Amino acid sequence: MKKNYLIIVSEDPLEFPATRRAGDLALQLKQCGHEVALFLVQNGVLASRASASADGLSPIFASAIEVLADDFSLRERGIEFNELRAGVAPAPIDTVVSRLAAGWNTLWS
Amino acid sequence: MTAKPCLTFLLMDPPFESARTTTAFRLIHSALAQGHDVKVFAYEGAVSLAFARQAAHANGVHGRDAAQEAHPLTREWIAFLQADAGARGARLEWVNCGLCVDERGVGETVPEVRRGSPVDFLKMVKESVNTLVVPTR
Repeated sequence: MKKNYLIIVSEDPLEFPATRRAGDLALQLKQCGHEVALFLVQNGVLASRASASADGLSPIFASAIEVLADDFSLRERGIEFNELRAGVAPAPIDTVVSRLAAGWNTLWS
Repeated sequence: MTAKPCLTFLLMDPPFESARTTTAFRLIHSALAQGHDVKVFAYEGAVSLAFARQAAHANGVHGRDAAQEAHPLTREWIAFLQADAGARGARLEWVNCGLCVDERGVGETVPEVRRGSPVDFLKMVKESVNTLVVPTR
């Protein structure tokens, strides 16, 4: 049965290579036919910059997985919305709550 | 306003340590703003978030006294969230793991925080439409 998964990534993938596991999990869930989204928050948003070099989440950005970046975390770190990688959308923290309420399986990696 | 379904959050990090705590408070605030009742189970170091004797301090490097420094205290954030919930007609239930409280000697809490056990967390999960665990690293 198809399910919805929201995976929260709060660490910088360059500093914490273990973040790759969150990306791997997202890709595997997607390959199994589930709806998957990543929500980048805190230093997790550093991976959302178009200028960022390859990191553990790079395969995600090349996939059809929805990637959202917390707008508050972006502003804190001086990242403009027009600096984001293609396919990354800024989103408010309210998005996580809305999806929780809608029954998405939500994991904080 | 008719309350939307309840959401539960499990917190684990102690105060003054991780940005996850700030994000968790933002999520709780958002849930209340969206009309949800919220249940929080504080486990391990997170039981100190509501410790009533937290005190703001001055900052000699900045040359500011305690009031000017306005150092954020998690007990004040919890009190704010409780007041915000009340103003919105929503309910914020905050339960500290009693064993974790005793280990750390943080039994003095802000009002409306009660002690419980992991059984309370199980009940919260069953009474909520969804649960988010905010893990410690």
